[in-house]
Amino acid sequence: MKILVGYKRVVDYNVRIQVKPDGSGVITDGVKLSANPFDDIALEEALRLREKGVASEVVVVAIGPADLTAHIRNGLAMGANRAIHVVSDQPIEPLAAARVLHKLAEKEKPGLFLLGKQAIDDDANQTGQMLATLWGRPQATFAGKVDIADNVATVTREVDAGLETLEVDLPAVITADLRLNEPRFIKLPDIMKAKSKPIETIAIADLGVDTTAQLRISRHAPPPTRSRGVMVKDVAELVSTLKAKGLL
Amino acid sequence: MSKVLIVAEHFDGHLNAATARCVSAALALKAQSIDVLVLSDAPDAVAAQAAKLDGVSRVLTIANAANAAPIAQVLAPQIAKAANGYSHVFAPSTTFGKDLLPCVAALLGVAQISDVMAVEGSHVFQRPIYAGNAIITVQAPAAQTVVATIRTASWPAVAAAGNAPVEAITVEATLPTHTRYQGLQAGSSDRPDLQSAAKVISGGRGVGSAENFGIIYKLADKIGAAVGASRAAVDAGYVPNELQVGQTGKIIAPELYVAIGISGAIQHLTGIKDAGTIVAINKDAEAPIFEIADIGLVGDLFKIVPELEQAL
Ligand SMILES: Cc1cc2nc3c(=O)[nH]c(=O)nc-3n(C[C@H](O)[C@H](O)[C@H](O)COP(=O)(O)OP(=O)(O)OC[C@H]3O[C@@H](n4cnc5c(N)ncnc54)[C@H](O)[C@@H]3O)c2cc1C
Ligand SMILES: Nc1ncnc2c1ncn2[C@@H]1O[C@H](COP(=O)(O)O)[C@@H](O)[C@H]1O
Repeated sequence: MKILVGYKRVVDYNVRIQVKPDGSGVITDGVKLSANPFDDIALEEALRLREKGVASEVVVVAIGPADLTAHIRNGLAMGANRAIHVVSDQPIEPLAAARVLHKLAEKEKPGLFLLGKQAIDDDANQTGQMLATLWGRPQATFAGKVDIADNVATVTREVDAGLETLEVDLPAVITADLRLNEPRFIKLPDIMKAKSKPIETIAIADLGVDTTAQLRISRHAPPPTRSRGVMVKDVAELVSTLKAKGLL
Repeated sequence: MSKVLIVAEHFDGHLNAATARCVSAALALKAQSIDVLVLSDAPDAVAAQAAKLDGVSRVLTIANAANAAPIAQVLAPQIAKAANGYSHVFAPSTTFGKDLLPCVAALLGVAQISDVMAVEGSHVFQRPIYAGNAIITVQAPAAQTVVATIRTASWPAVAAAGNAPVEAITVEATLPTHTRYQGLQAGSSDRPDLQSAAKVISGGRGVGSAENFGIIYKLADKIGAAVGASRAAVDAGYVPNELQVGQTGKIIAPELYVAIGISGAIQHLTGIKDAGTIVAINKDAEAPIFEIADIGLVGDLFKIVPELEQAL
């Protein structure tokens, strides 16, 4: 079985994003970029399934600008067999990303498509669900545990009420939550090995899918800030302050 | 004029409070009508609860044995059919709505707007990106259905004093059988629900162990609060996953939030920015949580928490 993995490059999760003073966007110049943390988890899961013999090939898929190569090499160094780079100069909406990934699913016929549950730049949490819908296949989102046997995946999902278990027929789309696994660190020899692994590049226009943006973003604003309040010296003062506010 | 369809979230015959928050967002659109759609194997009890929500015009039900569990790929084709004639389809930004609504959007061929926190016009909304570090204003095309999830922490629940009519409807949709629901392991607790509680006491890595969390529960019970946690506390196995507060956990807006042994990482703060009063208890005076706390107390939680519990 082949596994495709969505592998998006985003602003590193440690960066405290600042809005441009004119509200036209956020400051990304000189900011550290990394793989979306959930996509690292998705990739790790795919690699473990290959190590268990459930999968035979792991392919990372990244949609983004031409300078994405170093990011894609990271995915290859982590252990993916090969990569597909869909080159798009413009950032695309989740529906467009799902249409692109659906095209690749039809072409590559994977048994499993693993994605992150959300990209930490747009925080949309949509692409996996949209891909499953377009592809007409099951979805198991927010996965905290995945077991695969006899062409069926049993997935434990982290939902608001607790842990839900779904059984889905393969091929399926699974989106990774934080506790699915802890991604491995890339070792130096793997970086060397990754240099010779194949990256197929496809121009987004050549896929023949509609990727025009539907939503117009008119303004970026900083969030309302909360300011530092008062410090109390002990429990007695804490209790009286809360009582004064009517909270106790 | 806007006609809004809200997908009801429910479990075990109970309407989730998040649905009443979606009605508030629909009211902000100055909608001409607001209908609530209940998909279930036995929708009557939930429909009766939805019918009481102020501002609701009609409750529509689709009864089908396949709707016994919330399987997104089963529910979505029915919702997409039922959405015909509506200008907006809303669901709460809970794991239920996040899982389901993008499927509806994909079937309708429209881009979804996630986590609506404010309405500026019938097609203009505000939503957070980058873990809430930027708020964008987005405009959806006027000619197509708006599909949006509603950030529950941004909207109050409407009151339940109404009496809307309930109508059973049927839709023609082929439902897949590729997904089987195996069950839910719910954290059994008679404490208030984290997402709707007025008071929340949260513990972090500083609490140190599952046993130590006992003092957090004890304090919460004393003041009738729900219990929450940081990701670090969940990852370490001190508490179950459904207690996680933050960017990837629950986004909450209680009147009182008490963070105990939590450093205040941006991913955690995203989840509590809308709280009324934030109290931080931490032994490190430099912890970032103090930068946003309304009331801070520096000290050892193992001394402070029992003392606080005694004082109440
Ligand atoms: C993609 C992504 C998503 C994430 N999503 C979330 C999320 O949804 N929610 C979330 O919470 N985190 C999230 N995180 C993790 C986040 O970055 C932090 O790692 C986490 O919030 C830290 O938890 P903590 O504050 O409990 O632990 P720590 O940062 O280790 O802080 C522990 C605190 O306890 C204090 N302490 C220790 N002992 C005592 C004592 N005896 N008395 C008083 N104080 C004491 C320490 O001074 C310290 O400040 C996410 C991370 C990533 C990468
Ligand atoms: N440009 C992209 N390239 C590769 N994968 C993507 C891209 N956009 C979204 N994805 C995948 O879809 C997931 C969810 O993204 P989103 O719906 O934007 O929150 C991500 O974690 C990725 O796995």
